[in-house]
Amino acid sequence: MIALALSSLRSENLTLSRGGRPLFTQLRFTIKSGEALVLRGANGSGKTSLLRVLAGLTEADEGVIFFDESACRSASIRVRSTALYLGHANALKDDLTTNENLADALRFDGVTATSSDQAEALERVGLSARRQLPARKLSQGQKRRIGLARLILSEKPLWLLDEPTNALDAEGVALFTRIIDEHLLAGGMACIATHLSMQIHAQVNELHMDGLALKKSTEAPEATLATMLSGINEAAMPA
Amino acid sequence: MNALAKTAPETQTISAENGVLLAFQRDYRLAMRSRGEIIQALVFFVIVVSLFPLAVGAESALLKRIAPGVVWVAALLSVLLTLPRIFANDYADGTLEQLMMSPYPIATIVAGKMLAHWFTTGLPLALVAPLLGLQFGMGASELGVIVASLTLGTPILSMIGAIGAALTLGVRGGSILMALLVLPLYIPVLIFGAGAVEASMAGIDYAANLSLLGAGLLLGALASPFAAAAAVKIALD
Repeated sequence: MIALALSSLRSENLTLSRGGRPLFTQLRFTIKSGEALVLRGANGSGKTSLLRVLAGLTEADEGVIFFDESACRSASIRVRSTALYLGHANALKDDLTTNENLADALRFDGVTATSSDQAEALERVGLSARRQLPARKLSQGQKRRIGLARLILSEKPLWLLDEPTNALDAEGVALFTRIIDEHLLAGGMACIATHLSMQIHAQVNELHMDGLALKKSTEAPEATLATMLSGINEAAMPA
Repeated sequence: MNALAKTAPETQTISAENGVLLAFQRDYRLAMRSRGEIIQALVFFVIVVSLFPLAVGAESALLKRIAPGVVWVAALLSVLLTLPRIFANDYADGTLEQLMMSPYPIATIVAGKMLAHWFTTGLPLALVAPLLGLQFGMGASELGVIVASLTLGTPILSMIGAIGAALTLGVRGGSILMALLVLPLYIPVLIFGAGAVEASMAGIDYAANLSLLGAGLLLGALASPFAAAAAVKIALD
């Protein structure tokens, strides 16, 4: 499924300040293939900014991001063909139907999914009855689910997700967790900003963003990575 | 479903042409979904042009003399009104950052959007202009020149306008600022565009004016997608 392989993402000394206030300084972390990095922290602690830096939408003040140990320029073609970013906004056009929104997003991702693939993905996220409805008639949760369908069909190895479970119901959150699990099992990686504690079965590292700006470069980096290892639970995976 | 969407091939290779084509198809389809906006810009154009006979009186010699300038200024203003459509909606709903994250070269996507904007704004204006020219008593050959000059000139308006629209994304009161940025840059297009029509009315050779518009068009096509893409990147940062 995953077209462009990526086996590690490493950041070195990432520093960003917004409006004169530092959000994070000298941030260092590594995500390996099959791992997820969950960003925790209060509102305004820089979770979204970090994701946008990784996505190449924002340029860091300092620091380098390495894809497979080669330094990547912000918004370079390598980043754009490797990373899929789902932000706060649902990135849907109100005038287009569910089908068209999904097809457009995939086309611009460079994904070659057939219409039956797309129908299947929409079925899985519970939108098969809404395929011809314009997006403006969908509920917030249903709009979010179009994003999930896009994840299912994505061929990009790195997912950067900003509060992906916002507006999703319990069943939607469970579905999201399964999609992440499948992605990580297939060797993908994900960086997720969320407040929820999710039952992801692959290896999950947590990065606590609170107070990151205050720490000195020597103590801040890997010390803040509370590694939480839980074995892959086969029973929980869909057959 | 839309006919354009169906003709899109199932397998897309990541290439510059496909970037332009994809962005054009997308924006064209969105514009067709809200056709009202296209028609509104046309009606605005017609109304502004029709105001002049009411304001300066129905003396046909005078009207004929000012016709090229009036038609061109009105076209310029209606293009100006539609400029926010290029980026502002996409910026607000988050699709713009998704477009900027696509593996297609960003400048090609911006170029596709400019092309779609011209196709749904400038081209209709150029096609309607002869009807308004008739009102002012212009002859057949002059009507031909006004269509030609608008067809060559309005793409430049879309290109310069896209840069202005991108630079003022997310700025409060951005539409006025955009007009202040863009209108001075429209002056050369206005001079050569209206100049071509005036020259043809005076029976002088108007080819030089059209050639200059054509040169501006080529220059704009080369440079403006990169400038607008850089401006969008700054706006999203």
